[in-house]
This record gives sequence, C-alpha cells and structure tokens, in this order.
Amino acid sequence: MSDLSDLYQEVILDHNRRPRNFHTLAGADRRAHGHNPLCGDRVTVFLKMDGDRIGDIAFEGSGCAISKASASLMTEAVKGETTDDALAIFDRFHAMITAPTDVPVEDDESLGKLVSLAGVRSFPVRVKCASLAWHTLKAALASAADPVVTK
Amino acid sequence: MSLSASTAPYDVSAIRAEFPALDQRVHGRPLVYLDNAATTQKPRAVIDALQHYYTADNANIHHGVHALSERATAAHEAAREAVRAFIHAASVREIVFTRNATESINLVARAWGTANLRPGDEVLITAMEHHSNIVPWQLVCAQTGAVLKVAPIDDRGELVIEAFDALLGPRTKMVAIVHVSNALGTVNPVARLVARARQAGATVLIDGSQAVHHLPVDVQALGADFYAFTGHKLYGPTGIGVLYGREAALEAMPPFLGGGDMIRTVTFEGSTWNDLPYKFEAGTPHIAGAVGLHAAIDYVRGVGVEAIGAHEAVLLARAQDALAAIDGVRIIGTAREKAGVVSFVMDGVHPHDIGTIVDREGVAIRTGHHCAQPVMDRFGIPATARASFALYNTIEDVDALVAAVGRVRELMG
Repeated sequence: MSDLSDLYQEVILDHNRRPRNFHTLAGADRRAHGHNPLCGDRVTVFLKMDGDRIGDIAFEGSGCAISKASASLMTEAVKGETTDDALAIFDRFHAMITAPTDVPVEDDESLGKLVSLAGVRSFPVRVKCASLAWHTLKAALASAADPVVTK
Repeated sequence: MSLSASTAPYDVSAIRAEFPALDQRVHGRPLVYLDNAATTQKPRAVIDALQHYYTADNANIHHGVHALSERATAAHEAAREAVRAFIHAASVREIVFTRNATESINLVARAWGTANLRPGDEVLITAMEHHSNIVPWQLVCAQTGAVLKVAPIDDRGELVIEAFDALLGPRTKMVAIVHVSNALGTVNPVARLVARARQAGATVLIDGSQAVHHLPVDVQALGADFYAFTGHKLYGPTGIGVLYGREAALEAMPPFLGGGDMIRTVTFEGSTWNDLPYKFEAGTPHIAGAVGLHAAIDYVRGVGVEAIGAHEAVLLARAQDALAAIDGVRIIGTAREKAGVVSFVMDGVHPHDIGTIVDREGVAIRTGHHCAQPVMDRFGIPATARASFALYNTIEDVDALVAAVGRVRELMG
C-alpha cells in the first residue's frame, strides 16, 4: 500500500486537518468560486492584490483531503508572488501531478511543499481534486465572473 | 464460515463461480465488488447468450423472411415474454424495450406528458428521486406549464406519507415515485402510494431500477400505469431497459420517437402507427441486449428473487451494524424498510477519500451524490460513500468493506 501513503502524505493530512489561510478575506479585491460537480467539492479563493502581487490570499469551501490540502498549500506557495509567477507555479504544479508515473518527480525547489502532491499522478481521477483550487485562483486573478468547473 | 453453510439452499460460492468478472485481483487484493447499485456484474449465461446471438443469429428483425431474421425476431420477442412474466404484466403489448430506465421515464414524460399536462396541472415526485425521475418532469413542466411538486422525506430517509397525501389533489395529474431509493436504500410503500394516487385520479409511474432485482414485482397487483427499469442493474447488458405501460395507457399515448418499425403506413401526407408495443420502438432495437436481458431474467428467476432479497438483507444488516460501530461513521438512510444499499459518511473524511482508500484494498464502492443531489442537500452533505449488494456478495465481502473503512479511519486520523 505504498502508493496510498504516497497520496496521503503527512503534509497533506496535516493541511487537510488544519488548512492554512482557511477563512474569508476582509478587503479582498478579487474572488472566484470553483465547483467540481462530480464530487461536490466547492472552493472560493479570495485575493487582496498589492499592485501586480498577491498581497494576501485565503480560501473557503468543502472538499476531499486532496482538494483541501492542495488549496491550503497553494495559498502558502503563491502569497507574495506576482500574477505571472503564480501562474508559472500552477503550470509546474499541473505538469507534476499529470506526469506519467514512471517519470521521476523533479526535485523542483520552487514547488516546495507542493511536491507532496506528486502522488496524485498515480490516481488520475483525483487530478481534478488537486487542481480545483488552482483553476479557481487563475479565475480570480483574471477576475472571471463565472464559477470554475473542472472538467 | 461462508454464508452458504448457514443457509443451505443458497449456495453463494456456486453463484460466484458463474460471474467471471468477480474472479480477479485489484491493486493486488481480491476484488470485493460492492458497487452493484451502479451496475451489476454479468453471469456467464448472459455473456454466452450475447456471444451466441452474434455468433449464430445476428440479423435485423421484423422484416426479414430469411432464417436468421426469423431466429433473431423470435429471440427478441421471447425476451419480451420473459420480461412480461418476470413482472407479471397482462400482455407483451405492455412491454416496451428502451435503452434504460432513464429513456423509459423520458418516454412517458414526453409522450404522455405533452399530451396530457396543461398549465397549472401538477406532477408529484418525492425528495428521494434519482435525477432521471426529476429532470424529465422538469423539462415537460417547462414545456406545458405544469408544476412540479415534491413530497418530503424525513431524517430516516422515509417518505412523509401525510405530506404526500396533502400534496395529492385534483390538480395532480402524474405521480412519479421511486420504488427503492438508489442513494438511501429506502423501499417505498408503493402499493399504498399507487392506491392513493389513483384514488386522486392521477396517472402513476414507478421507477423500479433498484427494485426488480431485490424484491418481487407484480405490476398488475401494484396497479401503476407505468413501471420503468433497466437491464444492467439486473445482471443484464447495458443499453437495454424496459417500460411497462398498462395497455389502455399506452394506447392513449402518442408515439415518442418516429421512424422505422413504429409505423404501419407512411405517406408524405401522414403516417399511421404500429400496434403496441412497436408504436414506441422506432428504429432497430438493441436486439442482443434484449437477448442478454432474457438470459439475465432466467438466471435471476432460477436463483429466486425472494431468496436473493433474503440473502442481501443479511449482508445489509451486518454492514450497517459494523459500519455504524466505526468511530465517526454515520449511516445516511435508516428507513425501516431498506434494500441493497448502505450510504454512509465519516466525520472529518470526505467520501472521495474513503473511496480511493478502500479501492486500494480491493473494495469497489461508489462515492459522490449518486445522481441524487437533492437527497444530499436534504441531509446537508456534499456526498456519501455507498456500498450496494448483489446476489453474489458474501459475509466476507462485508467484512472486507468494514476492515477497509477501518483503515480509512486509521490513515486519515
């Protein structure tokens, strides 16, 4: 059962139990809602921009351990980043969780704790759980008005 | 000890040997298949019937004068007779083949609904319906100006009979209710509900998708105008479903789909309709599917629906007791009459995580809203984990499920 503990690493279990930045954000100037109709996961991402930088970020919602931990880790990873840098982290993160299982996980310093979600690649149906918050962040950065639906 | 040892006539290991798909390992563990409310595995008799049909008899039906067409037609119509006998309909004219229960319900909503519903008329459903018995009525209500009414369920997941009665009135033209809830397992007291609905002058449709393989169904005794079910939850192939309709009700309805086979004459000025049930079967049907369904029904009748129901009741009771004893597990759907299904949630653990973890233990269950989002809303939860039982499941399957759910608790804390 090594692959199960690959998926549910201690970092993920910790962020599931005690999600960081898990609240609404007073003075948020951008927000977006994400919804995965398949499993009912819902997330709202709040941003307070500081020029082009993410000055503060928070999220609310309900979902599985993977989606909640991913959202929590995301808030830590992108706080203080510029829009372009945040989107670049998403690209690298998405590449990591969708890579073939026989490709070694890159020792990517810039992903930091997000590397703990690499095990998702062995569970293809869970990729949308891990990416929901990120798609929602992208929508918030673009100030999209409609809820994000992960396909 | 295997269950077969304690209930002598019910030989579950002999039954399991008839289902090739059960004999495999998943993630290195023996498969424990408990997603039967989604679809059942198929006995060899069904697989063989499909293979025989395509190997020996394949032809289009009703028109051909050649030998294969005659054989295929005979096989298709023999399947109709098997369905008739299975649900105790009065005539094969009352048995319409469809793709699935969803198409059966849509057929009634469209053909009966558009001809009979007027603005202000009411369609009464319950709060435990599958989306397939909600959305077709929403569509026809939007088209006709009729109004959809919903009878509530209580905290056990039982229909609130007084509220159902109160919603039945002179404007109620259609009552569409599920026989057995796919998300909760609740068995509705359909005979009583049908009697009350007919007393009120309403036409009645029963969605029997989760019922016909768990408990005996006699459509004449039940008295409903329509009874819909699907083949693939009854150990038959996917893509074949049934609509039973009382002959007078079907006769009074306009066709659903137009095309070949459903007509008697066609000119550019107009067409006339074929006899029942062909009026509702446009185009080449799923002939092999009907043949496979016939084999499935023969198989189920051979084991005996009552015996199956009794076997599954033992599994269900043990699963409910053992799951409820796990720290933080809550059973969703505790009706006094249940069949085949145990839905549950676990404090602090999302059903999706439960599903992934037990899958790695070889246990296949369903997680999500089970195409019954209003049921999830009623209980204030986004989703449940659901184990559902079939004639081939064992006490050992239940114990494997319980152990796997225990492992979830261990892993997730």
